[in-house]
Amino acid sequence: MYLLPVTPEYVSSIIESERPDGIMLGYGGQTALNCGVKLAEANVLQKYGVKVLGTQIPGIQRTEDRQLFKDSMNECGVPVLRSKTVNTFEDAKKAAEELGYPVIIRVAYTLGGRGGGVAHNEIELHEIVERGLNASLVHQVLIEEYIGHWKQIEYEVMQDYEGNNVIVCNMENVLSMRVHTGDNIVVAPSQTIDNREYHMLRSAALRGTKYVGIIGECNIQFALDVKSDRYVAIEINPRLSRSSALASKATGYPLAYMSAKIGLGHTLPELVNRITKTTTACFEPSLDYAVIKHPRWDFTKFERANRKLGPTMKSVGEVMAVGRTFEESLQKSIRMLDIGNDGLVLNRINVDDEEIENIENHLLNADDRVLYYVAAALRKGISVEKIQKLSFIDPWFIEKIKNIVDVESDLKKKQLDKEIMRKAKHLGFSDKQIARATNKDDMEIRKIRKDMGVLPVVKQIDTLAAEWPAKTNYLYMTYGGYDNDITVTPDQKGIIVLGAGPYRIGSSVEFDWGTVNMVWGLQQNGESNVVVVNCNPETVSTDYDICSRLYFEELTLERILDIVDMENPKGVVTSVGGQTANNLTPKLAKSGIKLFGTSAEDVDRAEDRSKFSAVLDKLHIKQPQWQAFSNFSEAKSFATKVGYPVLVRPSYVLSGAAMKVVWSQEELSRYVGEATTLSPDHPVVITKFMLNSLEVDVDGVSDGKNVFIGALVEHIDAAGVHSGDAMMVIPPWRLSNKQVETITDYATRIAKSFNIRGPFNLQFLINNDQVYVIELNIRASRSMPFVSKLIKTNLINLAAQAVLGKEIPKIQPDKWKKTPIHGIKMPQFSFMQLDGADIVLGVEMQSTGEAACFGDSFYDALSKGLISVGYNLPKTGTALITIGGSENKEKLLQTMATLKHLGFKLLATEHTAEFLEEKQIGDVQIVHKISEPERKPNISDLLYERKINFIINIPSTSTLEKYVGMLNDEYQIRRKAIELGIPVLTTTELAESFVKTLEWMNHNETTKKALEPYDPI
Amino acid sequence: MSDGTILSGRGFGASRAVFGELVFNTGMVGYVETLTDPSYSGQILTLTYPLVGNYGVPDPAQADESGISKFFESGRIQARGLVVHELSEIASHWNLSMTLDEWMHKEGVPGISDIDTRELTKKLRISGVTMAALVVSDSEINAEQVKKELAAAKPYSEEKFMDAVSTKQAQTFGQESDCVVVVDTGVKNAILRNVRDLGYKVIKVPWNTSYSDIMKYDPKGVVLSNGPGDPEACPETIETAKNLIQNDIPTLGICLGAQIIGLAGGASTYKLKYGHRGQNKSCLNLQNKQVYVTSQNHGYCIDPDSLGKTEFDLWFTNTDDNTVEGIRHKLKKIIAVQFHPEASPGPYDCKFVFEELDSLIKGGKQNQ
Repeated sequence: MYLLPVTPEYVSSIIESERPDGIMLGYGGQTALNCGVKLAEANVLQKYGVKVLGTQIPGIQRTEDRQLFKDSMNECGVPVLRSKTVNTFEDAKKAAEELGYPVIIRVAYTLGGRGGGVAHNEIELHEIVERGLNASLVHQVLIEEYIGHWKQIEYEVMQDYEGNNVIVCNMENVLSMRVHTGDNIVVAPSQTIDNREYHMLRSAALRGTKYVGIIGECNIQFALDVKSDRYVAIEINPRLSRSSALASKATGYPLAYMSAKIGLGHTLPELVNRITKTTTACFEPSLDYAVIKHPRWDFTKFERANRKLGPTMKSVGEVMAVGRTFEESLQKSIRMLDIGNDGLVLNRINVDDEEIENIENHLLNADDRVLYYVAAALRKGISVEKIQKLSFIDPWFIEKIKNIVDVESDLKKKQLDKEIMRKAKHLGFSDKQIARATNKDDMEIRKIRKDMGVLPVVKQIDTLAAEWPAKTNYLYMTYGGYDNDITVTPDQKGIIVLGAGPYRIGSSVEFDWGTVNMVWGLQQNGESNVVVVNCNPETVSTDYDICSRLYFEELTLERILDIVDMENPKGVVTSVGGQTANNLTPKLAKSGIKLFGTSAEDVDRAEDRSKFSAVLDKLHIKQPQWQAFSNFSEAKSFATKVGYPVLVRPSYVLSGAAMKVVWSQEELSRYVGEATTLSPDHPVVITKFMLNSLEVDVDGVSDGKNVFIGALVEHIDAAGVHSGDAMMVIPPWRLSNKQVETITDYATRIAKSFNIRGPFNLQFLINNDQVYVIELNIRASRSMPFVSKLIKTNLINLAAQAVLGKEIPKIQPDKWKKTPIHGIKMPQFSFMQLDGADIVLGVEMQSTGEAACFGDSFYDALSKGLISVGYNLPKTGTALITIGGSENKEKLLQTMATLKHLGFKLLATEHTAEFLEEKQIGDVQIVHKISEPERKPNISDLLYERKINFIINIPSTSTLEKYVGMLNDEYQIRRKAIELGIPVLTTTELAESFVKTLEWMNHNETTKKALEPYDPI
Repeated sequence: MSDGTILSGRGFGASRAVFGELVFNTGMVGYVETLTDPSYSGQILTLTYPLVGNYGVPDPAQADESGISKFFESGRIQARGLVVHELSEIASHWNLSMTLDEWMHKEGVPGISDIDTRELTKKLRISGVTMAALVVSDSEINAEQVKKELAAAKPYSEEKFMDAVSTKQAQTFGQESDCVVVVDTGVKNAILRNVRDLGYKVIKVPWNTSYSDIMKYDPKGVVLSNGPGDPEACPETIETAKNLIQNDIPTLGICLGAQIIGLAGGASTYKLKYGHRGQNKSCLNLQNKQVYVTSQNHGYCIDPDSLGKTEFDLWFTNTDDNTVEGIRHKLKKIIAVQFHPEASPGPYDCKFVFEELDSLIKGGKQNQ
């Protein structure tokens, strides 16, 4: 196991040292697949005799190269769209004219449809084609007839070396072809196609994938006309994909596992169905439920991002809901998103009372709220036919939404009797929605409902619709039935671990790592019955073989209480599922459920700002000035007193969701409304925001008596960049010994005074040599896997012992200090996919992933970290420098000198160039702003001509600009550069580290050591 | 149900009472094809997929140029009743002419929705298929009365299906000079379509047509079709099959037809506990070790232990329970499959079985 960049260079060197017999390319997404193809093309695989296991390189090429794909499909009698592959804009123009506008542009060898788009005219064509050519690894795009209104149907195929093949799952996209499947609401199995179409496409899927030579698993996507049975194949993904993960969870057929076995040479018939354990894996699952995948978008984090859905994927995560009606699954999926909605209708904030014109416009230009607008349209009496015409959504789905809207109206008007209660629950209404319609409290509805005998039942996901006995522990709950498939006997009584729900900005796979390691930790400590609740199909915690029973379910209070009614568990663990699970802590405690870990009162003492502050005062530990408020005039006077900027945040919210730096009174008044809607049960807190500070995270575990500090993690970026977006380093590189001691002492004392039993994370601020506490999270944190891997001690494993009430074992107290490894955690951004989003970092988290790399020195680790998240580290070339503010200019002077010394050519805008001249950096070429295109040389041209290797663009006074009103010109530079794939460094710290890394790389070689296993505890 | 279980739900289709064998099918699409399949005669069908009726029902009048219905497997709904979790009250498809509810109403077939079909399926799996009554009524239903009527109803095993499902006189489809005779023990139109696709005129004859009457058509080959009920209830067809074997006439048996060939060849048959009904059944071809996903609908089966004393080899087995899914004669041009190579509903993966019949006809050589 190596924590290294997945690039041909690094993988080659691993191959050279490890000399493996085989390589599997289909399990690391597009990154791994592209890397594998490059390794093959560079003859690396051949040179070292490494066999590709699974789909062979020519097979991969036949699916990835547009023209080869088209030719292959034609050869095996699978129709494709009329299209043309082009390498220049001129050819693209010709092709588009031949096909007729609108056309769709697709990019060869890229991630998640990156860089594609629909062009209705030549101007749009130019924009998209240029971007696409640059995003493509082979500088190639495809111009194709546009079929946005067709149905989008996918099939997941398994095939072995002997040619046995099956379809594991088919899926239909609710929002038709025009929305990328990653951004689509997907239902499995398909709902609106008949037997002939289902099997026509099924046969085409088998024929096409067999012809190109798929071995293992793949996904094939079709477009099907809505007015005939004409169809075309759109693409084949010759690897495990997001859709495969979904298909695995939707059917209970473990595609990756089976695919790996097939890669090793097993045949499908000899493999066994993992659920029945008696029947063969060479079969096609039959579902007796309806599955819906719903994407999670985080547009509110990106001020300028365009929310419109189209061929480019913009979502950052997804959930999967299982139910026995379409309506039930849909409303469940919306709740699972954890975006504050309780279903499609009857939310705290609804799409209501809008002008018909506005509603119709939203149907025509679908964004993340499109289904709410369908409901709004139905309420306004707009016909199903009209809605279908505008939205391209099949009438069947619209009618299902109409059922929901009708019940909403009944709930509001009619007496709440058993019949309507059952009907509402059958269609997926939550107690909260029913409560809102009837002006009651949700717990009151729960009681009324239980008294009526309207109860959910638990059903198994068994791959074959109950035809064979299946001893499966893979479960969901539904109101579409009257009997439970399982009963939990007293000897099966266990501990429930709550997962983290969908991946989103601020909560990603690190919390799933926490969930899984907690399950394992509990099992190692003698708990044989561990139950998991989670709803994210992309996770390991939702693999049914991880735990004793898996509920693929909502992480809502209502559903957890249902599960508790079912399970009668020993207790629940809420400390590893991020903020979603943590938020349930007080509510579960109030319902009388035993919590394993820190008590709900102590968690509340940390979450409630006043209580937290009182404890810190008692401990004589400093914190930035703050105040909780519930009305605006209080807030205003406080902010004026401490001076702007201030940090505004509601309690019980993770990772800056609605946490924001506010720079003026006007902004404050606008923002207070937004923040308070998110968490009305808790007051909003304003904190003095200290500029020019260092930020430090501490991850630890406590059993109430003993506190183990995992590590101090220093942010390389200045405070104000969200901790999820900051580059982080272990060990800290700018802290004094005294500061380290103070922080360690504070952390230990705080952990003890909150009686923490389990994981915790503390955030500190260092300003003018003073240490301040920003916040305490009594739960697993984003950085815990990073810390655990570096110090070779699994913090969650320790936490498992702590939550069980055991004493954590004695571990060397300063282990992190004695570990001779430098670790860097780098954020991964996806700005490219988010049309219009700015890339300047702020207090709202924007990164969608991360990479961690270890090394013998700071720069050894950093260089690998930078490469991992996609920075190209050039040895020579040209850098564009635009730095705002004289302070920043001074700060980066040494960096500029180093760049010059390394032989880089420097380009700069007028003021920056003037400054550099003045400081005798010398020989700096002046370039002109994008907003002055007539002045040459112009930045825009140089970017398009790829004459710039990287850009240092520091907005003046750091984050201030963004919120006061951003300079449009700088935004333009950043945006264009991102679209063209040119690195942009927007903080002084990043710029400095980047350049020093370039310097280091001139004389050093990065280490390539394997990750070491955890030390035994 | 005959064990006294009463399930209540919402009625649809026709308001009436029917009695039959309660079975389940795990296919996720294809209710039109399934309901019109004559093999479901005498049965009340439960669908395990919970959402039914989504894409409506196409126009029954649409036929191909030789007069075979394009979308229906026979001229009417053959199942006695339908049990679902949720009936889609609206339907959406370019090819629909009515909803499932309208169609069933028109055809006089009752249906029931809001049933926990998963629980029902488990029950049938555990205790086996059973006789049941399906009563749809606008007024109060007298459960005791229904129980009495159910007890008095003729059991599935004693019903005579052939008169109801088989054609009364020979019918011809197409004008080609070479013909294949299909013996109609309740044939699905898809079998006729597939034989037509091979390039033959199809002559559909009644189930009890004798060997000599069949030979009067000078057929290149013969198909013994699918159909409902116990194969032993078709002694005349078994007799015909014996003659086909003896005279080495290229013959394909499908489903009931396969069981009839088995019986004619000296094997025995038995009834499965809850049958094989679905579109996801894998079968191993013992000749080339390939596994195919097949469409199945059978309650009876050839006993594998009885094959030893016959001149038939095992051809296909079910990979899940090792039941017999196909046999072929060691010497003669006789093949038979228990699954449905004609699909409709279900996957098209086994169309090669028809090509196999074609090559037996054209090759004129001995089997294998």
